[in-house]
Amino acid sequence: MTDTRHLVVVGNGMVGHRLVSALRDRDGRGDWRITVLGEETRQAYDRVALSSYVDGKSEEELRLAELADPLVDLRLGDPAVTVDRERRTVRTASGAELTYDALVLATGSVPFVPPVPGRDLPNCFVYRTLDDLDAIKAAAAAAVARPGPGRRSAVVVGGGLLGLEAARAMRLLGLSPQVVEIAPRLMPVQVDDGGGALLKDLVTSQDIAVRTGVAVSGIREEKDRLVATLSDEVELDADVVVFSAGIRAADSLARESGLRLGERGGVWVDATCRTDDENVWAIGEVAALEGRTYGLVAPGYAMAEVVADRLLGGQARMTPEELDMSTKLKLLGVEVASFGDAHAATEGALEVVVNDPVAGTYSKLVVSDDAQTLLGGVLVGDASKYSTLRPMVGMKLPADPVAMIAPGGVELGADALPDSAQICSCNAVTKGALKEAIGGGACTVPDLKACTKAGTSCGSCVPLLKKLLVDEGVEVSKALCEHFGFSRAELFQIIASTGLRTFTEVVEKHGRGRGCDLCKPAVASILASLGNGHIHEGEQAALQDTNDHFLANMQRNGTYSVVPRIAGGEITPEGLIVIGEVARDFGLYTKITGGQRIDMFGARVEQLPAIWRRLVDAGFESGHAYGKSLRTVKSCVGSSWCRYGVQDSVGMAVLLELRYRGLRSPHKLKSGVSGCARECAEARSKDFGVIATEKGWNLYVGGNGGATPRHAQLIVQDVDQETLIRTIDRFLMFYIRTADRLQRTAPWLEELEGGLDHLREVIVDDKLGICAELDAAMALHVENYADEWRGVLEDPKKLERYVSFVNEPGTPDPTISFVTERGQPVPTPRAGDPEPVLIGVPAFGRQEVQ
Amino acid sequence: MTTTDERPATDTTPTARRWETACPLERLQPERGVAALFGEEQVAIFRTHGGELYALGNVDPRSGAAVLSRGIVGDRGGEPTVASPVYKESFSLVDGRCLDARGVSVPVYPVRLHDGLVQIGLR
Repeated sequence: MTDTRHLVVVGNGMVGHRLVSALRDRDGRGDWRITVLGEETRQAYDRVALSSYVDGKSEEELRLAELADPLVDLRLGDPAVTVDRERRTVRTASGAELTYDALVLATGSVPFVPPVPGRDLPNCFVYRTLDDLDAIKAAAAAAVARPGPGRRSAVVVGGGLLGLEAARAMRLLGLSPQVVEIAPRLMPVQVDDGGGALLKDLVTSQDIAVRTGVAVSGIREEKDRLVATLSDEVELDADVVVFSAGIRAADSLARESGLRLGERGGVWVDATCRTDDENVWAIGEVAALEGRTYGLVAPGYAMAEVVADRLLGGQARMTPEELDMSTKLKLLGVEVASFGDAHAATEGALEVVVNDPVAGTYSKLVVSDDAQTLLGGVLVGDASKYSTLRPMVGMKLPADPVAMIAPGGVELGADALPDSAQICSCNAVTKGALKEAIGGGACTVPDLKACTKAGTSCGSCVPLLKKLLVDEGVEVSKALCEHFGFSRAELFQIIASTGLRTFTEVVEKHGRGRGCDLCKPAVASILASLGNGHIHEGEQAALQDTNDHFLANMQRNGTYSVVPRIAGGEITPEGLIVIGEVARDFGLYTKITGGQRIDMFGARVEQLPAIWRRLVDAGFESGHAYGKSLRTVKSCVGSSWCRYGVQDSVGMAVLLELRYRGLRSPHKLKSGVSGCARECAEARSKDFGVIATEKGWNLYVGGNGGATPRHAQLIVQDVDQETLIRTIDRFLMFYIRTADRLQRTAPWLEELEGGLDHLREVIVDDKLGICAELDAAMALHVENYADEWRGVLEDPKKLERYVSFVNEPGTPDPTISFVTERGQPVPTPRAGDPEPVLIGVPAFGRQEVQ
Repeated sequence: MTTTDERPATDTTPTARRWETACPLERLQPERGVAALFGEEQVAIFRTHGGELYALGNVDPRSGAAVLSRGIVGDRGGEPTVASPVYKESFSLVDGRCLDARGVSVPVYPVRLHDGLVQIGLR
């Protein structure tokens, strides 16, 4: 196409990315081809969620949608270095020269580092990019690994939003953070003095030292460490210093090309985001919109949308007075939100404050002089009302302002909002637009995210999206199957509270028909979790799924694999010899599992009792590899042997495995214990993982490997053994009671309203008052545990079932046969099975086993 | 199919049939199958909660493993079923057809209760 115009976008951050995707969405004719020049070598990522990189989110998870489009030329690691506005060209670092029809500057900002001596020393960092975080992680790991007494520490310069995020990240990396803020309170932009005072208390109680009203005046090196001197002459030792004291517009390109700048920096643009050169635009943090810069993503997105519209001939313009500067964040378990006119700058504005230092909450609403209209507010400690209050800014209050923020006051839902209210301020999605999407068939939160973009940036409006779905009459069926109209969690409550203990009673009273392979194992699991004796006792035997049917794992040819428990992966030479002898004598294939134990394959059903007789006599017990139950607690070798271990991880793993063995749950449970922060046991990829610290144990929950890997999240830190076990007890029991069928802990936690913080409130703070019940349930499990295989061997009635044929008990199944591969038996391939392909290895002969 | 109240099943196949004993009735736990071997033929035998007896071929057609007798017995819309323990497809106990894959089925055997013994009709 000869009339295609060329847009050059300088900057591949969130706002630049938004411009390109908005333009490509709307430019159906392909009027514009786009070249994006990115300074970082990475694809665009969610910088707002930067800190989650320290929690274990990967770069892939943070990455924004890829702009794979023939009209988009993405050049990473090749920033623009000069602009020639006369010739309308941009020169890049690699020497390329691009001619543009339109140029958009989206270079964002650079961290502001106060000009103190020593700021360029090694181990001084800024907190802006993934590369910064990689460098900080490496420095923290090196500091933690360095021998010597005492905790390693970090000084964080700046106590604003980013500074507190940085402090939390330092803590996660094993350093003791100290925050230094020059203003008299934390988060001075968002909260007022009252909220700031409470915030300081809440943050300090999380092992983060806070110093307000002082500045850092210098940094020097002293014996491998850094010393930061403060304006009050206090000296702080630090292994790492992080500057997070604000940002400055990255406007050097504009400055050098002679574009007009804002008085306090940034590229001056008018309400259409155009600079004083009609072919050049600026958006995001680099833009000084009518002279003012904005450091939040929502205004940047709005600017990107305006420019996309203008490039296609539209008339969109910014309305700076309506720009939403609202913020909600949850850090260190502390919620902080500020919205609208938080500092009561409007003439005659009134402030209504509810300050509850006992509960640790501070709420303020700013209202108009007649107390009729909401202007803004500040919430600290509990920001749950943010999602309903923020869209009400500028509207008539539906109730008395005190009642709206007082404990036990008016509960506001989505129905209190008019259609014009913005539910998602990041992406400017109104309640009306969401209702339209629901009318058009969207019936889940992910549906709404996909078709409206609501909830895809900061996520604070997601609870409101859920309420809206309910208000609009969308019901999500959680029914187990055609036999039960209940979810697994509901069925658990029914069975627990009614005392029904057989499937027949449950299905006759609360279901229909005779069940199926979905609801029967679910009920079997619930009955087992409630302590109903041996899982093959009475009618229960008929409910068990494939593997629980014979307490072994069925393989593709109908044979079984056998896994004895090797708690914590610790086994004696005698134990290894027994397993070796059993496998040899029964002709079994052996393989080491990922869970640090040994799996023996190829046992026919009638061989299982004889195999287990040998194992039980030698002191082994069922490993429950077949059950939706605890599998293994993997461990590293720990402080008994390791030069770096700080606690006995093997001992802890054995203790945990023996405590939770046999516990039936909605899905399999895996665990791991690492003896130090090096994490050799990969505990954070487990449903519950424990990592030793110098002070005690850190507990992480909700991780898994598999098709959708998830890192577990920290729930309690530096706790003693008793607290650790009590917290795990409650976590497991709460999960068992409330999860869906075959839902592992990670998706359960994701779906749990309020997420990790809610979970912590329930199982640590006992907000629901159920902890005593959860503790009692676990005590019952521990007390009643008995080895299932011993139970079978001791009961002739149960043993009777272990035959291939009821009429010929001694005859093996004639359809089962094996061939030898790499010296071990494997099932004979069936016709149609893919032939194994070995590359670069001499072909192994396959021979029939007699 | 037959019921446990001693009524013989209607024999609908014209060819000659011999009845072979699998096991005593009490060896069959309701809703939990057993397998029996007759020559090279493997039969999965089930007793439902209501007391009816059914018999199907024991080989799961998808995996080739002789394990249908180890599946979970239940119903779909009232029709009694067994779910294969390998890949979980359900089969009708009445006519052996797979309810989750068209055109797939397993053989059905006549079954009767004779003097307290469960017997299978074989050709």
